[in-house]
Amino acid sequence: MQEGSLEQAHVHAPPQGFIRKYIFSLDHKVIGKQYYALALVAVFTGMILSWLMRIHMVWPEAKLPFLEWFSKNGAPGGIITPEYYLSLLTMHGTLMVFFVLTNAPFAAFGNYFLPIQIGAEDMAFPRFNMMSFWTTFLAWVVLMLAFVIPDGPPIAGWTAYAPLSAVGRDAGPGMQWGASLWGLSIAIFCVGSLLGALNFIATTLDLRAKGMTLMRMPLSSWAWFITSCIALLAFAVLLPACILLILDRHAGTSFYIPAGLVISDRLQPHSGGSPLLWQHLFWFFGHPEVYIAILPSMGIVSHILVNSMRKPLLSARVVIYSMMSIGFLSYMVWGHHMFLSGMNPMSALAFSFPTLTITIPATVLTLMWLGSLYGAKIQINSASLFALGFISMFVSGGVSGFFLAQPSIDIYLHATYFVVGHFHMVMGVASLFGVFAGTYFWFPKMTGRMMNESLGKLHFWLTFVGTYCIFMPFHYLGLIGNVRRYQSFVDDFMAPYLGWHKFMTIAALITGASQFIFLFNLIYSRFKGKPAPENPWNATSLEWSIPSPPPWNNFGAKHPIVYHDPYQYGVKGSKGDFVMQDSPEQVVSASGD
Amino acid sequence: MSSTTLSSISSQAGALSKTRHVTAQNVLMAQRSERYSSSGIWVGVFAITMSFAAFTSALFVREGTGDWTHLALPQVLYLNTLLLLASSGTLEIARHRLSKEEGTRKASGWVLVTLLLGLAFCVGQSRAWLDLRAQGVFLATNPNSSFFYLLTFLHALHVCIGVAVLVYLAGRLLASHTTFRLGLFRNTVVYWHFMTVLWVYLLLLCRMKL
Amino acid sequence: MGKLLAIVLVLIAVLSAYPIVSHMFVLPQDISTHGHAIDEQISETMVEAGISFIGAQLVLAFFVWSFSGRKDDRPLKNFPGGARALVIAAFLLVGTEILALGVMGQKAWASVYFTPAKPDDIQVQAQAEQFAFYFRYPGPDGKFGGIHPEKIDEGNQNYFGLDPANDVEARDDIVSGELVVPVDREVHLLMHAKDVGHSFYVRELRIQQDFMPGLDLSVHFTATKLGKYEIVCTQLCGLGHYNMKAYLNVVSQPDFDKWLKDQAGQ
Repeated sequence: MQEGSLEQAHVHAPPQGFIRKYIFSLDHKVIGKQYYALALVAVFTGMILSWLMRIHMVWPEAKLPFLEWFSKNGAPGGIITPEYYLSLLTMHGTLMVFFVLTNAPFAAFGNYFLPIQIGAEDMAFPRFNMMSFWTTFLAWVVLMLAFVIPDGPPIAGWTAYAPLSAVGRDAGPGMQWGASLWGLSIAIFCVGSLLGALNFIATTLDLRAKGMTLMRMPLSSWAWFITSCIALLAFAVLLPACILLILDRHAGTSFYIPAGLVISDRLQPHSGGSPLLWQHLFWFFGHPEVYIAILPSMGIVSHILVNSMRKPLLSARVVIYSMMSIGFLSYMVWGHHMFLSGMNPMSALAFSFPTLTITIPATVLTLMWLGSLYGAKIQINSASLFALGFISMFVSGGVSGFFLAQPSIDIYLHATYFVVGHFHMVMGVASLFGVFAGTYFWFPKMTGRMMNESLGKLHFWLTFVGTYCIFMPFHYLGLIGNVRRYQSFVDDFMAPYLGWHKFMTIAALITGASQFIFLFNLIYSRFKGKPAPENPWNATSLEWSIPSPPPWNNFGAKHPIVYHDPYQYGVKGSKGDFVMQDSPEQVVSASGD
Repeated sequence: MSSTTLSSISSQAGALSKTRHVTAQNVLMAQRSERYSSSGIWVGVFAITMSFAAFTSALFVREGTGDWTHLALPQVLYLNTLLLLASSGTLEIARHRLSKEEGTRKASGWVLVTLLLGLAFCVGQSRAWLDLRAQGVFLATNPNSSFFYLLTFLHALHVCIGVAVLVYLAGRLLASHTTFRLGLFRNTVVYWHFMTVLWVYLLLLCRMKL
Repeated sequence: MGKLLAIVLVLIAVLSAYPIVSHMFVLPQDISTHGHAIDEQISETMVEAGISFIGAQLVLAFFVWSFSGRKDDRPLKNFPGGARALVIAAFLLVGTEILALGVMGQKAWASVYFTPAKPDDIQVQAQAEQFAFYFRYPGPDGKFGGIHPEKIDEGNQNYFGLDPANDVEARDDIVSGELVVPVDREVHLLMHAKDVGHSFYVRELRIQQDFMPGLDLSVHFTATKLGKYEIVCTQLCGLGHYNMKAYLNVVSQPDFDKWLKDQAGQ
């Protein structure tokens, strides 16, 4: 007698009820949209924080009355205090790096499209998936609580170096409960990310449709897969780092706090800890984290570029191997954030070499994109504009890395605006361009409606020119020695350059305001956009073979079978110059062979 | 790794998930149902390993400073080790029983023994902590004790998660009218053995370093 | 619109390069012995970064101009040499660049960190605290007194926690809020953090080094020009971080000796 039968994984019935459908949904598509919504809230919050910082810096006398209402301690009389400036800075960095750049390109789009692109019905572990979003959401709530407590958010930066972050209130305002909330939030975030990464990896390895070999996966799926491998390792190290920090702060341990520190006239009751340990653990996570931020955008941009060029990349395989190399190398370079930290100067050279070496796969990627554009038929639309803009931004942001990778130059440029310009261009702009491109490209599939093209193009131009205006000057200012994380410049040294700061601030305000065009377009088009066909871009990958928006189980009753590589463009297909991955027709090249 | 190796590994993994089912009906159901994920648990094991590797490197860094001392490990730890090793053994027996057609009831017995041994392990670990507390050695007393409490507590926490899942699985085994989640069971076996291996590693680390 | 993008790309490349090429932003004067190696490194890198940046933007612009908005049926073309040529180009170009920069840069780094201290260098200890720098000279006995954190008393200006009553070597130590050094003499700066992490940065000296609580770190430098230069903190240390500065005062040797005597007299 058959006692019990094999469980049927993933054969869950269509969701019923509002809560199951929209709140605690197991559907990867809903979860993807939830991540996207969270990232949207976080990015606008982070943007407003940066506005406040920049306004305070160039117009320190300016009174912002609403801010006084928001935080009496932080902005008495509407003027931001030095410590509140640092609070805004800390929250800006934390929100942007964690809740925007890890969420949007990776968790949001990856959750929505990875299963579909590989022909799966859902992720491998839908319940873990739901938990991963709500855990991330909880992390966000905990972080935002820091704004409402009286002492305010922490002032140690998103990098939270010990001992400043570890000793508690003696170190400064916001460093008691604010810092504790920060540490707790990040620890919770780690758990959510680990669950997410696990899902991505298991899904990619085990749930591909028939005929979907790894090499037939679209480049966006490859990017999500590689990113999830990086994320698994990175967050698995950040979590212990946060646990040790929480223990130092609340349990009297001394992992990070050495003996003999006198802070606020109090001899701290700790001994033997190593602040350098925090830096090592944090940057072992922190460097791969920035590749977590950029790799999905590389994949998304590659995916979109191919479609808009109507021609495959010169070699998708080379792109895949380059992304893998970047992922691998990302684990060998963390010390380049610590050249001047007091670690052994020999190790600085050891870290510098792989850092410079990452230039090789990054250059290969750039040459693949550029080289593939040669002889193509580029279709210009909002998505492709952002994809092309990504290439420009990635190069701009990347070349400043040549400087910072060399320890001798880092002696001069470390902690200056040069560094801030570098990471904002690659993370804050290039990575976000990938998100914008993905949004314009996939919005029709996700909602069944097209976004407004004119608004999209306007958004592109304002953002493209605007971000160059904001972030290029950061590099120049860094070259003359403009130090970062200063709430104002009280010395004669910086006086000749305040004009540039004003320029950057005005550019930031205008560019930031332009993002509301995007937000409006998103919301308006969701309800009033032109109805979208199943395949508005004449694209080849599996997501374009299903209805817009897709049904709850993606492919309906039938499971897709994959016959081709993902980028059969420029060929004689039954529907045009392309052949879809799940189409059994033979691929006939345009020249007829 | 070449693409062929990667794809053959993953298809082998998929194939493994199919060939373990011995009854004809099971095989049929496997072909019709969605392939479930067999790699997930290994990914999870890897992540947990990395976290403990991070703690290990923290230990090595911390060892270098002047206030490092010596911690005498409570003797009960060795008994707890035996309990955990035994529990891996009993779980293996359960797994073996389940892979045969008959013996589901017997298997449930072995699962119950496993989880009881796991619970006994956790109780034994708390005994170790109480022993230390009785000597005035607490979490923040010195760096050695900090690492000891931290590592053993986190490990015990993970064991408790395993125990909770085993309780759930035992329940489903005993209630024979519900479908038994063989996939979850196999994943739990991997996890449980990993807990044992991890504990042996932690014990050696504590012995040699603390 | 592709053509517009191409034009904008060219404009961006030109406008971004202009401030650099026209020397609108010049590094502050170099007053150190090792700085020229760093400045040379920066120039070299600027050339390579500049070529890469401008080259990539122009190529992108050119390709977007040429290959977008094509209404005709011209066949698709592949880049000559295909992927292989580009991969080889990437390896060769970047490989040589890395070697050049890496090898050269190593020398500059070594001159700061791997050159042994000169025998007649001047020892000064810097203490970084929230939110000031203090400097201590060993005095005529040439020895620094011990630091006792529990004895630190800001109100009585005992910043370092010295114990002159019981510690002979501490009695003649000179504490100053300004780092006074003689020109053309090597200075060995011992770095001590009182509370949290800080950093010592003098742009003109091309020196930057973190203070790490719990670690004994040091840097050495030789200042080659008289004058007063800003020392700023570059490691986020709390609410006063933006205001944490001191001055490096490079004086002649006789002036330095006189200053030490005056300080010792007090």
